[in-house]
Amino acid sequence: MSLELPRISSSDLSLQDLPVGKTSLGNAVVVGLKEIWAHKFRSALTMLGIVLGVSSLVAMSAMVQGMENGQREALLAIGGLQKVRMEAQRVPVEQRHLRDLARGMTLADVEALKAGVPDIEIIAPEMRLDLDPTLQANGKFHRTFMTGGVVPEKVKIMEHEVEHGRMFNDIDASEARPVCVIGTGIRDELFGRPEDAGSEVIPLGRIMTINGQPFTIIGMFKRYEGEQDRKQRLEREVERQKLISEGKAPPKGPVRGQGRSGNFAFWIKNNTVYMPLNTMWHRFQSGLSNAPAEPRLSNIELKVRDFSQIEQTLTKIRNIMMVNHRGIEDFAFRTFEDWSADIDRFVKNARMSGGLIAGISLFVGGIGIMNIMLASISERIREIGIRKAVGAGGLDIFVQILVESVVIAVVGGVLGLAFSRFVVLGITWVAPTGNDPVITSGAMALSFGFAVVVGLVAGIFPAVKAARMDVIQSLRYD
Amino acid sequence: MALLELRNVSKIYHLGGEEIRALDDVSLDLDQGEFVSIIGPSGSGKSTLMHILGCLDSPTLGNVVLAGTDIANASARELARVRNRTIGFVFQFFNLLPKLNVLQNVELPMIYAGIGSRERRERAEKALEMVELSHRLKNRPNQLSGGQQQRVAIARALVNNPKIILADEPTGNLDTHTGELILALFRRLAAEGRTVILVTHNPEIAAVTPRRIEIRNGKIAHQVDSKLAGLDRVSKAPNEGQAS
Ligand SMILES: Nc1ncnc2c1ncn2[C@@H]1O[C@H](COP(=O)(O)OP(=O)(O)O)[C@@H](O)[C@H]1O
Ligand SMILES: [Mg+2]
Repeated sequence: MSLELPRISSSDLSLQDLPVGKTSLGNAVVVGLKEIWAHKFRSALTMLGIVLGVSSLVAMSAMVQGMENGQREALLAIGGLQKVRMEAQRVPVEQRHLRDLARGMTLADVEALKAGVPDIEIIAPEMRLDLDPTLQANGKFHRTFMTGGVVPEKVKIMEHEVEHGRMFNDIDASEARPVCVIGTGIRDELFGRPEDAGSEVIPLGRIMTINGQPFTIIGMFKRYEGEQDRKQRLEREVERQKLISEGKAPPKGPVRGQGRSGNFAFWIKNNTVYMPLNTMWHRFQSGLSNAPAEPRLSNIELKVRDFSQIEQTLTKIRNIMMVNHRGIEDFAFRTFEDWSADIDRFVKNARMSGGLIAGISLFVGGIGIMNIMLASISERIREIGIRKAVGAGGLDIFVQILVESVVIAVVGGVLGLAFSRFVVLGITWVAPTGNDPVITSGAMALSFGFAVVVGLVAGIFPAVKAARMDVIQSLRYD
Repeated sequence: MALLELRNVSKIYHLGGEEIRALDDVSLDLDQGEFVSIIGPSGSGKSTLMHILGCLDSPTLGNVVLAGTDIANASARELARVRNRTIGFVFQFFNLLPKLNVLQNVELPMIYAGIGSRERRERAEKALEMVELSHRLKNRPNQLSGGQQQRVAIARALVNNPKIILADEPTGNLDTHTGELILALFRRLAAEGRTVILVTHNPEIAAVTPRRIEIRNGKIAHQVDSKLAGLDRVSKAPNEGQAS
């Protein structure tokens, strides 16, 4: 057999018309992907660090976001930032000698503030019992500290909504009628939950005793709950209806995850009992031997019209109060700016610590990538030599290795983003919170960006090493 | 003017304080279309000479002039470019990339020349047609015989249309018959006007080239150029008494 002389001459490969360009990046990416595919198991192990880093970063920020949302929701539920609360407090030590002059907060304060501070939108005094009262009805007992004598405006300040029956009015108040409006939490405890009864329980007209005194329930607030609790409850309701329509008995008793509402603000609102201030005064306080001559208020809550002016308004309020109280500071202010700042601080801290953990994970992932790239180039010394012999420059090799490293990180990052959903589901399943985690696109973009940067940084050293390899020694290597 | 000139080229290595002159003051002219063999025993400096001729390495001393340009002190980047455009390599162990198929292996030099994918494919197919491997485009190197692999390597060496083909023991791993086919291919390439340089330790293989350069201890010991009929151009190194 002899070689047939080529039909085609090598002169056909004239290079005159060859365009001169640059190594295409797309080509390097393809080479990188093939390399990863060729070592599937190894690449998967390497990616694990990045996957965990990215998914924990996303999951962490989702948890924090959820908590932040819940806190802000709660802040709004109790009246928002415009609400100011003045609480009666003991006469400060340095003013003890003036104790006899201190009358505490009274309705006169309320009138003075109404007259003197136009920036007050609503003002609502409240009188509470010194000890948490015992409620009794339907053969059951319950104690709640949220039992207060209030004016109807209190409903507006606390963002309450009477869903059944009515709020008490001026006549109820002036006659000191034994009537009350309750929250659904009280109803649940004394008259049973609608979930158990199978239908809404509305105890209007029923008698409930407060520390032994009979009261008629004339109204009930709506059920307050966070966004997530509401969703879960509705889901359960649908489930129950389905069971009923299928002719099966709906399950009774508490369901897993129910009544676990992590949000204290909603719990408190649901466990409220309001009666007219005057009723509270006449039925529980005025008859006592040490009773003061006029009602002593536990707190005065008010809402300012313009939050941006709150500092000036607070100063005005304080001045009027000081005059009324002859300079004795037997009251204290509470605003919810503190709470808001607390939320901010909490969110910042949680982000920092969560970010640190995720960062460590990404760092370890980066070391894994660097390690695997170093192993990869020492396996491919000969390949690098061949590529250089046929004309690859150091830059070409550098880009190739760097791209491979980044591709590992990018693939790991994408998997991590997908995996983060499951991490979030897992965390909420293991440790349910009142606040659904919220995965934001910002968090996803940031985490993914980090992964890419980690891939870049991890690839630099191996890429430089590969680019600097001596072509002759690489070609000889085996 | 010669295509490739070496002027007083030395390559000196230092091993533990000892100086090794892998090439010692070598001067050499290679013209376009020449078919040359470089022969000598193991350790004589053949590979070192080939590395310098192939722009894989720079000399310690002396000048390397390629088509009128001195590249003795060129940067690694410039040398890579010269290798890519002007020189094609054929190695004893083929040096194909095992993970790439035949076509992709042949396309490799064009990737670094920045040639677009369609043209890359066309040219690679042409080059493979030339070495009669059009039917094995999608095979991996390990699915081919030694002779076929070496033909792929030759196609790869040719695909950027180089002026110079450098082959280091190209038949060293092939049986005699296959080796002859490969040598015929090289002869053909030289006939088409390429400078083909064959490095070998085997005098029988060197015998196929019109011009033979014998290296000993890093020096040119003996040169024969049968093209210069009658004259039988012979040169002897001054300090080397007996050339074989
Ligand atoms: N990188 C190197 N470092 C030190 N000595 C070397 C190196 N490369 C080659 N040599 C030496 O140079 C001489 C010539 O080597 P080489 O060119 O490989 O010869 P050949 O290819 O003819 O066998 C040998 O003595 C060898 O040991
Ligand atoms: Mg050698």
